[in-house]
Amino acid sequence: MIDFDCSLSRGTFNFDVAFKSTAGITGLFGPSGSGKSTVIQLIAGLVRPSRGRIAITGRVLADTARGISLPPHKRGIGLVFQDAQLFPHLSVTQNLTYGRYFTPQPKDTISFEAVVSVLGIGHLLQRSPLTLSGGERQRVAIGRALLASPGLLLMDEPLAALDTNRKLEILPFIERLRDEFTIPILYVSHSVEEIARLATTVIKMEAGTVAAAGAPDAVLGAVVPKAAERFDAISTITGSLQSYDSDFGVSILNHPAGAIVVPGRIDAARGPIRVVLRATNISLASARPEAVSIRTVLKGRVTGIENSGPFALTSIELDGGERIAAYVTRLAIADLELAAGKPVYALVKSVAIDEIGISGLQAASSRAD
Amino acid sequence: MLTLQPDDWVAIRLSLKVAATATLFSLPLGIAVAFALARGRFYGRTMLDGIVHLPLVLPPVVIGYLLLIHFGRQGVFGAFLEANLGLVFSFRWTGAALACAVMGFPLLVQPIRLTMESIDVRLEQAASTLGASPVWVFFTITLPLSLPGIVAGAVLCFAKALGEFGATITFVSNIPGETQTIPSAVHTYISSPDGDAGAIRLSLVSLILAFAALLASQLIVRRFTRAKSGGA
Repeated sequence: MIDFDCSLSRGTFNFDVAFKSTAGITGLFGPSGSGKSTVIQLIAGLVRPSRGRIAITGRVLADTARGISLPPHKRGIGLVFQDAQLFPHLSVTQNLTYGRYFTPQPKDTISFEAVVSVLGIGHLLQRSPLTLSGGERQRVAIGRALLASPGLLLMDEPLAALDTNRKLEILPFIERLRDEFTIPILYVSHSVEEIARLATTVIKMEAGTVAAAGAPDAVLGAVVPKAAERFDAISTITGSLQSYDSDFGVSILNHPAGAIVVPGRIDAARGPIRVVLRATNISLASARPEAVSIRTVLKGRVTGIENSGPFALTSIELDGGERIAAYVTRLAIADLELAAGKPVYALVKSVAIDEIGISGLQAASSRAD
Repeated sequence: MLTLQPDDWVAIRLSLKVAATATLFSLPLGIAVAFALARGRFYGRTMLDGIVHLPLVLPPVVIGYLLLIHFGRQGVFGAFLEANLGLVFSFRWTGAALACAVMGFPLLVQPIRLTMESIDVRLEQAASTLGASPVWVFFTITLPLSLPGIVAGAVLCFAKALGEFGATITFVSNIPGETQTIPSAVHTYISSPDGDAGAIRLSLVSLILAFAALLASQLIVRRFTRAKSGGA
């Protein structure tokens, strides 16, 4: 879908990035200053590469070798900014339909009604953007971009300016977007949970280059050996919904290695559920523990241990083949006599699972309606 | 004593006509120059900025003299405009309007430019990614969002035009019914032995008009800001 290969230098910042993406959401992940937003600006045509080529589904937007560089308004790229950037002098409806005046009609495949219903913004149409909450504003911004019938939707840290509740409110909408419309999405974020929850393919960036690219598990679950970055190490596991326990407000997922208990309600209609686990939130046990508050106990075996300072990053292959990583102290490894090949139980504290990283999770506010 | 005389009314009507003409005709150019200064990146931008502000610091009599030698019937532009458009400035009310337009131009441009500079460039970028060409972006986003500045600038320019004296009298003299605006009429009253009452009358009119214009601009700007921040 996206075929990107550009380089550029600005002052001391050298940018040289090449990647290809497939359908669905491509997650562009990396720390601030790694060049994520530059990718967005290059694709949208707001910045010109000093060398390179950008094509979307075979359509060339820029090619320095052939002297091609389409202006932004001819690229057919939808852009969602971190802070919605709705037009303050227009109503929500006028914002939503703004792009329609400039879009050739035959290309139109997305109906106004479909967008309004998927994003749940029907009750806001007559309002002024200035009266909307941050989350509502961002949903309208997404709708506005979609209704211009773009060939690609760029989302530049669309949740970064929102608080956790607003993030949880919007994430299900972005998932519906991905599943119900065929538009490929390039999603930029520095949040592992967001990327792991949404992305089909992940591109990890570092200092203006691509550090890794591939499936979310492979890229995000990659070993982070530096102790200082231990909070960045995550794994994802995929289960299917078994049931929602309304008394206790938790959802229970089936997984070959054992049941996974996560907070909140997951939509029953959904397929596989992906859960992001931080390596620092997983404890290990050499035998199945009794009388412990932890509800999620996953059986597997150790495949590798990498020491760094007082910590040990332990790689585990769960029953069923999925791999996860756990950070524990070297002391614990020694006491439990863990080593590669030995059976192990990974204990996951449900309370420590960030809802942002649970795919299909319904936001508390949208549960009411 | 304070009853306005027929001659006073002539001066007031002429002043309003001159000021309105000056403002209306300089508005499109003012918006274009403000946009160029706010968003443009071109060689000579600082120069343009300087030229626009020149009337603020140059003696009005010098502006008037420059207009006289360039836009008088013998002047380069004056002769050209008369020959091609039949437009004569010297000793006509149109000349008074031209002088007022030049003098009011910096006051017109500055508020528009400031409002345009305060518009987030990303709003314009958003519009362009939605398919709007630069011209459409200007007319659907930049221009409507600059409206408070445009109104403020127009009102300031109008008020300045009502009070312009030096450049006007130098360029088109002081002809009752043709180029004698309120300030020129006040000047004539002051210069005549028993003109005090007339000078006071027209000075009061000037005061009221200027104050009304400033008040109107304040109210309009406040109304826009309230509408922008979401209403009551």
